[in-house]
Amino acid sequence: MVAYDEMFGADAAFADGPARAVYGELKQWMDAASEEFFDARRRQAELFFRRIGITFAVGGEAEANERLIPFDIVPRIISGKEWKTLEAGLTQRAKALNAFLADIYGPGECVKAGIIPAELVYRNSQYRVEMTRIKPPHGVFVHISGTDLVRTSEHDFYVLEDNARTPSGVSYMLENREVMMRLFPELFARHRVAPVETYTDGLLATLKSVAPVFAEGDPTAVVLTPGPFNSAFYEHSFLADKMGVELVEGSDLFVQDGRVYMRTTEGPRRVDVIYRRIDDDFLDPLVFRPDSAIGVPGLMSVYEAGRVTIVNAPGAGVADDKAVYSYMPDIIKFFSGEEAILKTVPTWRCREPEALSYVLDHLSEMVVKEVNGSGGYGMLVGPTASKAEIEAFRAKLIHDPDGFIAQPTLALSTCPTFCDKGLAPRHVDLRPFVLTGSDEVRVTPGGLTRVALTEGSLVVNSSQGGGTKDTWVLDD
Amino acid sequence: MLSRTADSLYWMGRYMERADFSARILEAAMRLASLPADEASQGGEWDSAIAISDVSDAFLAAHGAATEANVRAFLAFDADNPSSIRSCLAMARANARAVRTALTTEVWEAINDAWNEFNRFKPATMDMQAFARFLEWLKGVVRVYDGAVHRTQLRNDGYAFMRLGAAVERADNTARILDVKYHLLLPENEPVGGGLDYFQWSTILREVSALTAYRWVYRESIKPWLVADLLILNRQMPRSLLNCCDDVAHNLDRLATIYSRRGPAQRMATASVGRLAGLRIEQIFQSGLHEFITRFISENARISTVIAEQYLL
Repeated sequence: MVAYDEMFGADAAFADGPARAVYGELKQWMDAASEEFFDARRRQAELFFRRIGITFAVGGEAEANERLIPFDIVPRIISGKEWKTLEAGLTQRAKALNAFLADIYGPGECVKAGIIPAELVYRNSQYRVEMTRIKPPHGVFVHISGTDLVRTSEHDFYVLEDNARTPSGVSYMLENREVMMRLFPELFARHRVAPVETYTDGLLATLKSVAPVFAEGDPTAVVLTPGPFNSAFYEHSFLADKMGVELVEGSDLFVQDGRVYMRTTEGPRRVDVIYRRIDDDFLDPLVFRPDSAIGVPGLMSVYEAGRVTIVNAPGAGVADDKAVYSYMPDIIKFFSGEEAILKTVPTWRCREPEALSYVLDHLSEMVVKEVNGSGGYGMLVGPTASKAEIEAFRAKLIHDPDGFIAQPTLALSTCPTFCDKGLAPRHVDLRPFVLTGSDEVRVTPGGLTRVALTEGSLVVNSSQGGGTKDTWVLDD
Repeated sequence: MLSRTADSLYWMGRYMERADFSARILEAAMRLASLPADEASQGGEWDSAIAISDVSDAFLAAHGAATEANVRAFLAFDADNPSSIRSCLAMARANARAVRTALTTEVWEAINDAWNEFNRFKPATMDMQAFARFLEWLKGVVRVYDGAVHRTQLRNDGYAFMRLGAAVERADNTARILDVKYHLLLPENEPVGGGLDYFQWSTILREVSALTAYRWVYRESIKPWLVADLLILNRQMPRSLLNCCDDVAHNLDRLATIYSRRGPAQRMATASVGRLAGLRIEQIFQSGLHEFITRFISENARISTVIAEQYLL
């Protein structure tokens, strides 16, 4: 399988021959610079991240976990024209996800019309029956989404999956840009790169736009974190800090007289919008898991009364189920009347007997994923898996077919990346971040490019040794 | 500011101060232990080190009799002793990490670097000199932290909570030294050239970095009641009870200004400064030094509780 390289295109041998137009300026500049120059800059980048990232570099109490997510200094570039299409596709998708969720917790038209099987919706482990009684303020369910995209050729971008619960990684997008601008100011002078720094302003505007209509005055938003021992704590505190809102833990909040308050040194202060980075199950021990120590007792009753906004809404996880994903083209068409702009990867739902038998026969060619998995765990990449791994997966599939989907192995595009032996092509994906408020849908130009650092590997997740790149959308 | 944030800043301040204090206690005990055996109180300095740090029960349960080795291990490296240098650094760092964005890079790095560096020390192979260097290092760490707070933190409510924690802790620490050593400071104990007591007094002064200060202030040889005067009533002495109370009141006033509201903590702190400032050392001796100190410790703990009720819960 020959992958499409984003710098050199489909045909040219790697690093030999002309670069695609969008990479022209970068290629010219890179050719003129020395190896020592890049070595020095790479060391500098590492230093910057150690300083900035010092708080996510420290893990639990006993083990000082010094792991940094590797950063590659070669930017990934997307032309303005390409981005226009992606942006339209992402906006369309975000709107469809919201319409879908409002429908399945409301009239259920799409199920009645046979667009999607009822059991996939109503017996989904992410379905929260409480939400049938609750209308989220301004009708928005998914305020913050991250849609993973991969590129397979000059013109083809596919959606790999939607993240409608609490997508993470946006802090890396912002830090990557910060570090790149410090390292290569001259490169930014030669390109018109669309800014990403406005993300946090957009996030705050989005949060405030969905405040309950009852909120008097300027609404108060907070970021709710499980605490410093969560692996994404750095991002939680980073976002709170950039927005200038409080980073709270469950114990900082309490419910009184039908409102949510936070405990401050000046007494209780009303909270209107909660950007929660904890799972549905832990939000409110009176409604969901009773053993949750990180939630807020009574929160859901205030939510039901429409006096606080939870971002994203509980139950939004149905929309990022990987089996539901396969119905997205129909869902988009059903709610918008339009064809899906972004392509969906052909998906075999192992819950269907015919699909299952096809998948079992072709395991060594396919990628198999858990429908509720994330982080690249519980996943089989057929072409690179060992015989034993394939057989182990076969057993899992037969045991629980409902829990899995399978897709053909895509030829993910590559991007030049610094490796031990110099520049080499490495597979990348892209996670753009989409904000949906009551006012508008905001798509930050670019997103987080993740790169599989091992030669040939298609798994880009940072938990599996992936790295990141700065992503440029050119204003051309 | 979130109450939890304020609470973390307050305790971060307390734990850094306590780490420094534990190091000073250990230094003093080592110095006393280096006296010739017939003059020293037969290992009593290690008992008193444990007594001062207010963890006697836990220590007895774990070790029984105090020896140099087990006191050193307990006060410096024991993870189960909440007042050990190790625990103080770990707690200070846990609190700092929880409020990372309320701290400047300099303050965070002072604490984080200290913790990383601490883990490189090898307690098992430390001889007397290596241990002394370790204590010296720790005191340096706390100075770097203090300096970073002083030089870089915004003078906002967060700053006031950090300083408040340090001042309350320091008052408690000085009072504990006095509590354990008070009998040495009573006027009738003035010896006729007793070398041991002289050594004890100067060690008390050293524990609080006040040996030189004593000479500047009193310009005479060390008299126990003057040592008491310096540590309790001298307003210029950074670790005196009066100065600590001043600090507490001052930082509470800062909060009252920022929040435009005074509360029970401010009233209590102002009253205790007033009471202390109006006293003379003779009066304290007359009504009982020990009773005075006991009362002070519980009053100081009461202030901490009132601060918590007013701001931190």
